[in-house]
Amino acid sequence: MEKLKNEKSHEMGLHKEALKGRTQQRFFSAEEGENLTYFNSFDVDTSKKASIDAKNMTPREINTKIRELMQQGFGDITIDNPMSRHGVGVGILNRLNLTFNDSLGYFGCGLIDGPNIHIKGRVGWSCGENMMAGTVVIEKNAGSTFGAAIRGGDLVCKGSVGARTGIDQKGGTIIVGGDTGAFSGFMMQRGRMIICGNAGLNLGDSMYDGTIYVGGEIEGLGVDCVQGEMTDLDIYYLSSKLDLYGIKTPNGIEKMNKYVSGKQLWNYDKLEPSEKKLVL
Amino acid sequence: MSDKGYFIDNEGLDSSREQEIGQHIGYRYDVNLVPDLKYITPFLQKYIDKMGWKDLNWLEDVHMGYEEDRAAVFDRNINGWVTVPDDIKLPDNQQERDMIARELLIKFQMSEKHPMVDLNKAYRKF
Repeated sequence: MEKLKNEKSHEMGLHKEALKGRTQQRFFSAEEGENLTYFNSFDVDTSKKASIDAKNMTPREINTKIRELMQQGFGDITIDNPMSRHGVGVGILNRLNLTFNDSLGYFGCGLIDGPNIHIKGRVGWSCGENMMAGTVVIEKNAGSTFGAAIRGGDLVCKGSVGARTGIDQKGGTIIVGGDTGAFSGFMMQRGRMIICGNAGLNLGDSMYDGTIYVGGEIEGLGVDCVQGEMTDLDIYYLSSKLDLYGIKTPNGIEKMNKYVSGKQLWNYDKLEPSEKKLVL
Repeated sequence: MSDKGYFIDNEGLDSSREQEIGQHIGYRYDVNLVPDLKYITPFLQKYIDKMGWKDLNWLEDVHMGYEEDRAAVFDRNINGWVTVPDDIKLPDNQQERDMIARELLIKFQMSEKHPMVDLNKAYRKF
């Protein structure tokens, strides 16, 4: 306990404020500043290039090296021989162009906020999990839980992906050039998923909100996932988004179908606690 | 929703279920509305150019919402609503309102006064 009291956060008084519920209001002046990057981020120059040969490096060493190069102002980094290592390219909260010249293992490029990442090979499970912003483009296939709990940004796989794509998606756009497995969009809460090929069983199962576009066949819809109405704005959005990444749908964008939540499972109302009591 | 004051001036009790429980169900704006880039502001264009993006990227999920009967934008970094200053005039359609919300959110998040700046100083490990 004594140790906790001596922590920097206590010295800064961060533990003294009264916390009154979840909602906060922060007032600010819209004219007070016009920074375009986070206050503590590294000032990188995207024309300043560096490369790393990761053949004999551990994932921790690779991630630390990326950070050191950003500190030195390098804004364009290429990683050779990533050797399908797990957890590489994670936690980058900066603008940066990052290229992996081969495949990555599990949990690659997770927890990122801003970088543009290009992976020339395949990726394992949970690529881009908890991604906040930026772009990740994978040239080949991806494993299961692709983009798990993604919150923002564009996560693109030009090949096919495994099951449970975008599980617990809270925002952002997941684009799959090929097919996706079962339970894609499971418990989706927000954001968009664009599947150009086919989708497996239980698409959008238990989704709360968000939109899924599918270009091919669907093996089956999950609970509370229903077909929505495609609008002109949807078609304009899909065509501009897919053009950005050079992805084509086999049957054309006009023939894509849209799926949304039926909102029959929503149970956020005030009566929930009392209803629960009655049931119990 | 064409009426900009719809959720400010009304309780949002439209369906019979909402009337029964006395509470609006769901978001108080269209969360699935995809952005129309023709409404982008010069500041947002500068921001996405700086980041090297070709569209709004993560800002596609930012919309103008309402908190305690005032226009506000949700900041995921503080898990709280940022109230829109009173002197900002809100346009009549959601697309333009959302662009204003996005611009304000970026200005707030990139400010030295953002709460994350203090949290970063206090808790960063390396």
